[in-house]
Amino acid sequence: MRDVAIIGVGLTKFGELWDVSFRQMMMEAGARAIEDAGIDGKQIDAMYIGNMSSGQFIRQEHISSIVADHAGLVPIPSTRVEGACASGGLALRQAVIAVASGIHDIIVAGGIEKMTDVLTGQATGALATAADQEWEVFVGATFPGLYALMARRHMYEFGTTEEQMAMVAVKNHHNACFNTCAQYKTEITVEDVLKSPPVTSPIKLLDCSPITDGAACVILAPAEKARKFTDTPIMVAGTGQASDTIALHGRSSLTSLRATIEAARTAYKIAGVKPDDIDLVEVHDCFTIAEIMAIEDLGFCKKGEGGKMTEQGETVIGGRIPVNTSGGLKGKGHPVGATGIAQAVEIVQQLRGEAGKRQSDGAEIGLTHNVGGSGGTAVVHVLRRGD
Amino acid sequence: MAVPRFWREIPNRYNLVGARCGNCNKVLFPPRYICPHCRRMGKLEPYRLKRRGKVLTYTVVHAAANGFEDQAPYVLAIVELEDGPRLTAQVTDCNTDEIKIGDEVEIVFRRMGEDGQDGVIYYGFKARRV
Amino acid sequence: MDVGVVGYGVYIPRYRIRVEEIAKVWGDDPESIKRGLLIEEKSVPAPDEDTATIAVEAARNALKQTGIDPHDIEAIYVGSESHPYAVKPTATIVAEAIEATPDLTAADYEFACKAGTVGIQTCMGAVEAGMIKYGMAIGADTAQSAPGDALEYTAAAGGCAFIVGKNGGNTLAAIDDTYSYTTDTPDFWRREMRSYPKHGGRFTGKPAYFKHVLAAANGLLRKLQLTPQDFAHVVFHQPNGKFPLLAAKELGFSKEQVALGMLTPKIGNTYSGSTMIGLAAVLDQAKPDERILAVSYGSGAGSDAFSITVRDGIEGKRDAAPKVLDYVGQRVIIDYATYVKFRKLLVK
Repeated sequence: MRDVAIIGVGLTKFGELWDVSFRQMMMEAGARAIEDAGIDGKQIDAMYIGNMSSGQFIRQEHISSIVADHAGLVPIPSTRVEGACASGGLALRQAVIAVASGIHDIIVAGGIEKMTDVLTGQATGALATAADQEWEVFVGATFPGLYALMARRHMYEFGTTEEQMAMVAVKNHHNACFNTCAQYKTEITVEDVLKSPPVTSPIKLLDCSPITDGAACVILAPAEKARKFTDTPIMVAGTGQASDTIALHGRSSLTSLRATIEAARTAYKIAGVKPDDIDLVEVHDCFTIAEIMAIEDLGFCKKGEGGKMTEQGETVIGGRIPVNTSGGLKGKGHPVGATGIAQAVEIVQQLRGEAGKRQSDGAEIGLTHNVGGSGGTAVVHVLRRGD
Repeated sequence: MAVPRFWREIPNRYNLVGARCGNCNKVLFPPRYICPHCRRMGKLEPYRLKRRGKVLTYTVVHAAANGFEDQAPYVLAIVELEDGPRLTAQVTDCNTDEIKIGDEVEIVFRRMGEDGQDGVIYYGFKARRV
Repeated sequence: MDVGVVGYGVYIPRYRIRVEEIAKVWGDDPESIKRGLLIEEKSVPAPDEDTATIAVEAARNALKQTGIDPHDIEAIYVGSESHPYAVKPTATIVAEAIEATPDLTAADYEFACKAGTVGIQTCMGAVEAGMIKYGMAIGADTAQSAPGDALEYTAAAGGCAFIVGKNGGNTLAAIDDTYSYTTDTPDFWRREMRSYPKHGGRFTGKPAYFKHVLAAANGLLRKLQLTPQDFAHVVFHQPNGKFPLLAAKELGFSKEQVALGMLTPKIGNTYSGSTMIGLAAVLDQAKPDERILAVSYGSGAGSDAFSITVRDGIEGKRDAAPKVLDYVGQRVIIDYATYVKFRKLLVK
């Protein structure tokens, strides 16, 4: 197997992009990544596109063809990858495996979701299809509902507080203020979060990531060729993916995502690193409790201490391990299929030292953590500076 | 939910018919077709679960799922049944401030929804505090 | 006849709305309504309840008393004027939910408030003829009433299931005999595609309720050569609290004989459930060998009268499921706005 490097990244603005279509977003992110990599489109061998639900959001399946077509890259192979909100992370992993195997050299791994061409109710309904339709959604569960069930149990078992969850939102909004691509560039307070309307208790509106349009791309190349294109290749040091039951009630733990633990274990092992070696992370904070559980499951603190770790400021930029410097899903936005790729974009920019006002100094090793559904899929990548 | 898709699960939804594995004796619900513990060594047979359990966790849903708007706010819980399996269920006949973790519940028969005004009515299980 | 009740079960939703709350909305004087109808509050179904769910709860409670295999129930009849579907039986839903399918016959009945007792008679006939081993008859309703109509004070929700079989070791009470009285009397009706019933006002009294109830009661007494003094308890259909008391008085029954089965003041008129829940309330407390007269009434119009004699077997079995008074006592008062939400009266 060959080592794989990221040689270019590109991102659209994240937000409610009323005047931009699915096709236009994808092209924008792709063109930026190709330009960043300093390659020519003709050099691209294949593409993997993470997308959760174009069928429900824009009534268009078979987007793999659309993307290759509009990029002017036919007839190269183009493949859509779906794993709910982990679609982007899975697309990245498929692309990494394809390069590592030697079957392709230069690959685009993209992710995209156009979510605002439907009304909010339709969008949340589309997202709910990532849960168990027969035995969760049928009985009245929603995504915030499922995470609220985890949050309530986390509070019960570990004494996690609503204030600690609110601090995740406050931090991520703060970080997003320094990210030009972010959906929200507004500071919020713990009180703002606590007083925001209840969604599914104990989750309130400002504990939730928003509905977002956006696309993201990274360009992969074999490590031995990466230096031809860039002086700052970022190595994909480890990749891990794991599955769990589709329904939350099928799991032995309601306060931990086993898929995260298993995916991280694999990624750490391949990369030859431990949680202590990680300098910064982008975690899947679709809800504030999800970030608290993620930093526990990824091994940055003991189980149950994620809330305390947040409260003590260890996860802010400049803290012991900055979490979601990009603003995360909460602040930057969560175009579900794009999120996993956008996380890699952020870590690449941080490791290159190009993150501007949100730069985490001296970062050498970063990690991305992307979750599908309530934890039925998780994918973790460890990225490392190539020098 | 299309009529056949609902109809074929009526025994499961009305009467908590799951499965028991003759190999490992574990009770499975919602229904499965291969024992996840024994896989091909498993011997699944239909098993009707007892309608009792306790609340492991809950939430009060204010932003209702599609089709549940008229019931908001409603209580949703994960219930651990006496037979072992857990299920997600609405807690009916329950004020939003009454519920707590550990509450004993029974599984009752209620309306779950309908396929619009002209479509079929979906019946199924909900939990009720005892 | 050689048939009896081998099990019975009830269900009453837990929500109640008080007369005062409804009167406040329409500017009525609550005291005169309470005095006139002898009613204090009525049961209201939760938004996720309907006649089918109420029937299932009652049927499951009835089964708890018996310990019989549900597959031995070979007929199910659900009487109601608020079946969830215009076309598609409630009885099949009940049959599936109590695991009595597929070797049985089933149908829905409609005869205003007496559709449930017609079911009992059908089961009696089929059991007596040897067609079926056990039959289940259910009367259940989520009664409709137009907002502002006098019916709104009483139209309630509840249900009751009786399992009928040959008299034997598992009989809780023998059904001695039945007698019906039927004429074409349009005192109360609901046309196709209409949400709420219409009624003839005071015409629902003398030529309708009283004529049929009294005739059926007298007919059965005559047939059995019994007098009111031969009965420990009497139960009538209870459209309000007043009518059954007047009927009892007219027939020569005392207030004490009516007392156990009088539920309308606390739960309202449960329509197809009314007489049967009243009878269940009596069975919950009656002593072995006591005789009970039960007379239903269905607008349109007809009455079914039953003479029932309590057996020893009732003592050990009637505690197996919640009793009528358990349900009467479990109550949560709601306001009119919540009532409107629960009954889906909002136009959206």
